[in-house]
Amino acid sequence: MPRISIEDLKKIKEEQKGKMVLRGGSHRAKVTVHMGTCGIAAGAREVMNVFRELIAEKGIQDVILTNSGCAGLCAKEPMITVEVVDLAPVKYVQVDKEKARKIFEEHVLGGRVLEDYALAIGSETMAV
Amino acid sequence: MSLHILDVAENGIRAGAKQIKILVDESLGDDLLTIVIEDDGKGMSPEFLNTVMDPFVTTRTTRKVGLGLSLFQQSALESDGAFEVESKPGVGTKVTVTMRHSHIDRKPMGDMVSTILTLIEGNPSVDIVYNHRKGAGEYLLDTREVRAELGDIPMNIPPVVSLLQSNLSEGLKELDGIS
Repeated sequence: MPRISIEDLKKIKEEQKGKMVLRGGSHRAKVTVHMGTCGIAAGAREVMNVFRELIAEKGIQDVILTNSGCAGLCAKEPMITVEVVDLAPVKYVQVDKEKARKIFEEHVLGGRVLEDYALAIGSETMAV
Repeated sequence: MSLHILDVAENGIRAGAKQIKILVDESLGDDLLTIVIEDDGKGMSPEFLNTVMDPFVTTRTTRKVGLGLSLFQQSALESDGAFEVESKPGVGTKVTVTMRHSHIDRKPMGDMVSTILTLIEGNPSVDIVYNHRKGAGEYLLDTREVRAELGDIPMNIPPVVSLLQSNLSEGLKELDGIS
């Protein structure tokens, strides 16, 4: 069984010491992936994987990735909330891997809200 | 199965759990798959516990149906298994699921690496203990050990997540190799 090496953890700790001072423990953006039963069934875990890969790939330090529960719009899942410092929080709906990549590039890194993917104003679509 | 596990564990976290224990035991000798998910969240009253398998019962205020446990139960029953929820208010909740390992309708384990990583990364202050046994092999990840080593460094920073990811992938691959 592979053990998590204490050496590796110590190394990370050393590396982080300098960085923590630089960013003062704060973050620039937070991405929340809604992880209720509905979100999970619709593919939220894969969306989370995309963000995790992008953060690792680009070596980004100041973006936090987190989970929340169901927000009540189950038909619009997977949903994510993107909060960038100094910008209003935006909820994106029916996010897939492709949209997740775009949202990361444009909104999380670039600060440009992707209105087409955002939750529309008003209530959930009703059958007529 | 890994998505059901993620779902139940997230329930525990929403119930204020500080620690989630996940056991997956693939006992190939007696053809039994056992999954136990235990949290130290706020637990459920006996009255609520009686109604918890009803899909139209949920603690949510955001919607009126709660399907998580019912769906997991269905998966268990489809593959000659059983599903049990035990809970005590103030102590926590334990979900025990068994299935016949070789049953043709048993859903595959799925991506346990993603499930565990999602739990740790999305809830860095919650301790996750993941124990996976398969035949003679065993894998154990206890974030309390990692946390003790890291001190005040959060669990969800990219280098820690990558380290956990490779440890999980290797550990589970090794398990499949042994059995």
